[in-house]
Amino acid sequence: MSDKIKIENLKVLFKNEPVLKGITLNIRKNCITGFMGPAGSGKSTLISVLNRMIDFEEDVEIDGKVYIDDEDILSADIEPVSLRKRVGTVFAVPLPLPRSIFENVAYGPRLKGIRNQELLSNIVENCLKKAVLWDEVKDRLHTSALKLSGGQQQRLCLARTLAVKPEIILLDEPCSGLDPISTAKIEEALNELKQDYTIILVSNNTKQIARATDYAAFFYLGDLIEYGVTEKIFTNPANIKTEDYIQGKFG
Amino acid sequence: MKINSKFVDSFVRNSLSLQAYLTVGILLLIVGVIFVKGIPYLNLEFLFYYPEDMGRHGGIFPSIIGTLFLVVLSLFFATPLGLGTAIFLTEYTKESKFTKVIRFGVESLAGIPSIIYGLFGFIFFVIKLKMGWSLLSGALTLTIMMLPTIIRTAEEAIKAVPKSLRMVSFSLGATRWETTTKVVLPSAAPGILTGIMLSIGRAIGETAAVIFTMGSSLRLPTSLFDSGRTMAVHFYILAREGISMEKAYATALVLVLSILAINIFAYYIMQRLVSKYS
Repeated sequence: MSDKIKIENLKVLFKNEPVLKGITLNIRKNCITGFMGPAGSGKSTLISVLNRMIDFEEDVEIDGKVYIDDEDILSADIEPVSLRKRVGTVFAVPLPLPRSIFENVAYGPRLKGIRNQELLSNIVENCLKKAVLWDEVKDRLHTSALKLSGGQQQRLCLARTLAVKPEIILLDEPCSGLDPISTAKIEEALNELKQDYTIILVSNNTKQIARATDYAAFFYLGDLIEYGVTEKIFTNPANIKTEDYIQGKFG
Repeated sequence: MKINSKFVDSFVRNSLSLQAYLTVGILLLIVGVIFVKGIPYLNLEFLFYYPEDMGRHGGIFPSIIGTLFLVVLSLFFATPLGLGTAIFLTEYTKESKFTKVIRFGVESLAGIPSIIYGLFGFIFFVIKLKMGWSLLSGALTLTIMMLPTIIRTAEEAIKAVPKSLRMVSFSLGATRWETTTKVVLPSAAPGILTGIMLSIGRAIGETAAVIFTMGSSLRLPTSLFDSGRTMAVHFYILAREGISMEKAYATALVLVLSILAINIFAYYIMQRLVSKYS
């Protein structure tokens, strides 16, 4: 399997404070890679570099290279708007747009100029199925998305991201406010999706990383401490900090 | 001395409710007087006939049409301009000295008495730009008057849209303009509409600024450069010059009813928006 994302010596400063201190990391295609680490470890910042949402922050300095398919996404030639169509994001809090379930999923395709109602319906159905939500909402696609439960809303957000047809999906602590059943449904969906997508799952929950990912990276105060096959990290970590963290001694 | 807390609570509640009733009561009294005095003279002839003998007889048809044209034309100028300014201030620029200056300017505009706008419109549009007493001069003057309200309310409504919704839109590959038109404005629409309604109310009832710029001709305005007399101006002249108090009240009644109709219409649109975007 090849590497989808290559990060070379990435440094990020927020208001002159280093948040990422030189990260070098290759992320494999069609795998789920977990990012874990205590608050302030820089894992969410790394995510926001990958989708260039960091552009909306002020007082940021970025140094280093990030390649997606050998294309430097930090170069001035890259349009963040088109990059974000390739790198989808699911946020920590479920954030449905205030409109119907159907219109939430159709939002991205409509931006791409798809007007054909039948095609839109197919995309919506397909993406809701992939996000394991279809059966629960197929009879009320045109009711407000805000009426769904938190877990359903988060799966809707996943479906909405899928509808843009990204190559990479970033999930920034997507299950932090969800119950175990909803969490399991999202993990189930991700496991199916990795055949077609490269997935990065940020989580504070080490058990989720152990369960749901193929590779895991442990970040601590802006440094990448350890990175490797998830099973290896959880059974035989090389670094004592990793071991302490996954055993719940800190974080 | 120890005051009974229950007594204090009920005293405050009673006096507050008294104030609320008083406010509504005054409003009802005004509307009621206009209704009672105006309704005997309100009929189809009054609505659809031309005035005769300076308005002593006949109807107010040209004034109704003149008011309608003036308000629609003012909105046509003021809405895009005001909304554009509000979008620029909230979505397309960061807080800076420049935005503070614009905001200060907008707030100062809101405090200027309408007669000053009238005078400015007379000097600038009527005389300098040679538009004469006309619908266009009146509408442009009212546009300047309406702008502060539209800008302020639109800005507040846009600011109230959560930042996270914008982030969602951006994360799905939307440009700033797409995010503004597809996410921000639909969510802010009820607030923006409220501002537009308030400014319509101000325009429809305006007299001083309108007499100076649109004149008070009793003819039916048929082009942008025709003079005309709005209902508010007609009412003012009928009452001020003692021409006909009956006709004045009937005119006031039509004015009040049209404002009511506009509000009901706006409420209906708002309900539709809210049910679509929630």
